[in-house]
Amino acid sequence: MTEPAARPVWDEVGLTADEYRMIVGLLGREPSHTELGMFGLMWSEHCSYKTSKVHLRLLPQEGRRILVGPGENAGVADLGDGFVVVWKIESHNHPSAIEPYQGAATGVGGILRDIFTMGARPIACLDSLRFGHLDDRRVRYLVGGVVAGIAGYGNTTGIPTVGGEMYFDECYKDNCLVNVMCVGLLQGGRIVRGRAEGPGNPVLIVGNRTGRDGIHGASLLASREFDEKAEEMRPAVQVADPFVEKLLIEACLELSGSDALVGVNDLGAAGLTSAASEMASRAGTGLDLDIGLVPCREPGMTPYEVMLSESQERMLVVVKKGREREVLDLFAKWGVSAAVIGRVTADGLLRVREGETVVAEIPARALAHDAPVYDRPRAEPAYLAEARALDPAEVPEPGQPGHPDRDYPAVLRRLLASPNLASKEWVWRQYDHMVRTNTVILPGSDAAVLRLKWEDRPRDETAEGNGAPADPAAPAGPGGPADPAAPAGPGGRAAPGPVRGIALSTDGNGRYTYLDPFTGGAAAVAEAARNVVCAGAEPVGLTNCLNFANPEDPGVMWQFRRAIEGMAEASRVLGTPVTGGNVSFYNETMDTPIFPTPIVGMLGYLEDVEHRMTAGFKAAGDVVLLAGETRLELGGTEYLKLVTGKVRGLPPALDLERERSLQAFLLEAIRGGLVRSAHDCAEGGLAVALAECAFLAEPGAEGVEADVTAGLTPGAAGGRLDAVMFGESQSRVIISCQPAKVEIVRALARRHGLPLAELGTVRDGRLRLRAGGAVLVDEETEGLRRLWREALPRALEG
Amino acid sequence: MGAGGARRKPRVRFGVVVFPGSNCDADCYHVVRNVLGEEARYVWHAETDLTGLDCLILPGGFSYGDYLRTGAIARFSPVMGEVAGFAARGGLVIGICNGFQILLEAGLLPGAMLRNDSLQFRCHYTNLKVENAETPFTRLCRPGQILRIPIAHGEGNYTAAPGVLDELERTGRVTFRYVDERGEPSREANPNGSARNIAGIVNEAGNVLGLMPHPERCSEEVLGSADGRLIFESIVDHVRSRRGAGSR
Repeated sequence: MTEPAARPVWDEVGLTADEYRMIVGLLGREPSHTELGMFGLMWSEHCSYKTSKVHLRLLPQEGRRILVGPGENAGVADLGDGFVVVWKIESHNHPSAIEPYQGAATGVGGILRDIFTMGARPIACLDSLRFGHLDDRRVRYLVGGVVAGIAGYGNTTGIPTVGGEMYFDECYKDNCLVNVMCVGLLQGGRIVRGRAEGPGNPVLIVGNRTGRDGIHGASLLASREFDEKAEEMRPAVQVADPFVEKLLIEACLELSGSDALVGVNDLGAAGLTSAASEMASRAGTGLDLDIGLVPCREPGMTPYEVMLSESQERMLVVVKKGREREVLDLFAKWGVSAAVIGRVTADGLLRVREGETVVAEIPARALAHDAPVYDRPRAEPAYLAEARALDPAEVPEPGQPGHPDRDYPAVLRRLLASPNLASKEWVWRQYDHMVRTNTVILPGSDAAVLRLKWEDRPRDETAEGNGAPADPAAPAGPGGPADPAAPAGPGGRAAPGPVRGIALSTDGNGRYTYLDPFTGGAAAVAEAARNVVCAGAEPVGLTNCLNFANPEDPGVMWQFRRAIEGMAEASRVLGTPVTGGNVSFYNETMDTPIFPTPIVGMLGYLEDVEHRMTAGFKAAGDVVLLAGETRLELGGTEYLKLVTGKVRGLPPALDLERERSLQAFLLEAIRGGLVRSAHDCAEGGLAVALAECAFLAEPGAEGVEADVTAGLTPGAAGGRLDAVMFGESQSRVIISCQPAKVEIVRALARRHGLPLAELGTVRDGRLRLRAGGAVLVDEETEGLRRLWREALPRALEG
Repeated sequence: MGAGGARRKPRVRFGVVVFPGSNCDADCYHVVRNVLGEEARYVWHAETDLTGLDCLILPGGFSYGDYLRTGAIARFSPVMGEVAGFAARGGLVIGICNGFQILLEAGLLPGAMLRNDSLQFRCHYTNLKVENAETPFTRLCRPGQILRIPIAHGEGNYTAAPGVLDELERTGRVTFRYVDERGEPSREANPNGSARNIAGIVNEAGNVLGLMPHPERCSEEVLGSADGRLIFESIVDHVRSRRGAGSR
């Protein structure tokens, strides 16, 4: 072999020789260049879920409030009273790692489209982000770019970014994670489906013009790991135009209220190829498209380029025959480009023509549904045995040789200033988190809470309050002078009940999942549910984003399977079905894989938004209680990482029955008005959680006097105090209540079979933590808070 | 909640101007209609008929994406000619955030906006001192009252020639200033680098207000502050009193 062999055609589009043979079998002939490109995209891991499908089936999908589960563009929950919520999380990891601003911005744009495609108005976004260490210059560049990109897109489109989370670890250095969840409220009283029904109906492409950006995004960028040539992939990242998206949102939502509409699908990964084949395949129809009619940014684009372009802010729309004119006029009014490019057919074929020349003719189903399904080999990875082994005797305690800190105040300061635990205000103050005036718990607490305005229900006569007018060109406008005699007062009529609300949280712990994928998967569900419960909401269901490394590695597949089993088990026990989400494989760079990182986006429901609860203490003299139990668990903790530099041991154990009792107890206590604050005890353990309760407190309640050994599990008394202070035992919540309510709270906990211990008392100004009689920490709250607030800006801006 | 259903007085009529890219239009509409119980209608940017309106709101957002410069394109919208005429006839105009930026670009208020000195978008609560409580927009506030009202912008760094700033100060046209808890216009209290901590100004006649903070985001207790309502209620009070004066 002196000359390099020519690269096989299938390899150029990211397929294997076997997959190529399957395609030839399905078509009964060799595919053309354009056809092969279309298969390459649709059969990519990113679009076809060919590796994950067999495992995702394990996740429970049915639930009392769930209307639509996996398979559509997003999950749907019916909260009653006409409020129907649509939500989904999606990753944009690889584009963000290459071009952070545009990668993150287009990630937001893509998930927004998944929501308003279904006829729902996006009302909130949350982000889960993972980066390498901030001492790395390029990591700081990625953080700044990603946050600015999310802000740039969300702020411009007027959708509040109300929460999220962000963690740092070396494993994400070159492969950051950018997961965005969007939540929408159904607007027009019906869910719009991505189906091309009705042969003869016209097909329109609307939104941005099609350009040469993003070609091969799904197949080559998203479905392969990074190598040293990653930088060359920059042209595969798309460019965001949030202004067009904003107009597209308004135009599509207006259209969703019209009976001229048949179906809509956004053009995301795999562009026109994906939207067209999925819409036809779901409806059992075909499409006949003339790509000569597609509005393009530049002349001379080939059919291959038009079909594979991932230009942003585009939608494919099917409308009723004969109604083209009014739909084109609607888009023209909003200044959005729209063109009829073909029609629905009955033959099941996606036929792409350029004028009279047929350039591709493929059964829609073959593209959208017939991709191979793989049950790839799985094997417990070799690293686990060593990583899990942790001899606590080898971990020095504060003051001992080998420990970086001489006492507990120093350790606490180290933890509070760790970017993983420090305040994320630097991030969310760049996001407009208040627009639409629904955010009643702002970022920084356990979960965001939004009120649902009665006026925002579908079919409501005042529903125009949702946004711009249905017909803004009409001088009378809706709602205004049309009915000057309408009764005055809020909403012009009586509200049907207390103001409803939703709580939202995104969570996931890659370290736990790395050390024990089952527990990590289950803990992500449990923590997300716990967080919305801490905000006073009942968990309804979840969407997930599964970020993993190369699935062709049996160890990674094993992690994937175990994590899903853990999520499935937790979802079943906690009653939170999985309504869909996104799988992101190949998150690794030159053989350095990321920690397996499943992220859960939880939706919670508040029947009365007055039941909302925050983490901060409310009044000095209130009693501070620990619901749940503290075990001596150092494995996988932030403390262990800061002291030893290692991610080691078994993650904190999770007892799902205990978790269920805790959440039931807490919800009842909050709804009954028994508690005044509730805060999940998470990374950093009890000491950090107590400090946060003080940092977020009302004036006059910014401190606590507490015995951290209260609430130790039986048999743990006398155990090492660093594990008590900073261990991350699961299923624990710090609550505070008025002294007069303590006995009722105790009785309630007993009824739920839940351990409840009195930690101490809220007092102003100081954080005083004891172990029995021995004082471990006695510091001014303000000094600690400054450290906690300023750590991130200092690390990022110097 | 609302201003009460038993009131017999005719409602005050607000127009909320909608530019392509406005995104606080629905929030302003909500406050006027559902919180105050007054009348509101949307005014599409291509519209030119403002008949019957008492007050125009230019809401926040990113008109035309703000791609060139904030407000620079919106000022060419057909409605803006009418807005100028409406203001010249004494109609009340309030520009919030992007609306303020548009009023500056349109020349209805003096000065210009620079990017925030942090070079970042900023969204958080601020303390605003009412420097002039005798405008139609602040008449229900106490002089020197401190209002908690949030900002959300990337370009709120107000600037003008020193002579213009002096003139604004001298004539009491600086309506709101960013201050700390003690009411001092400190450097720390200034969220964007704005000259002399200016957050809002009125025109010479006092009937056009531009301000960067968002009163519509804090007009209900459930949102954490209802201070913003004072501004909307001042407008209502002013219109009512003017009507009363006219009918006597």
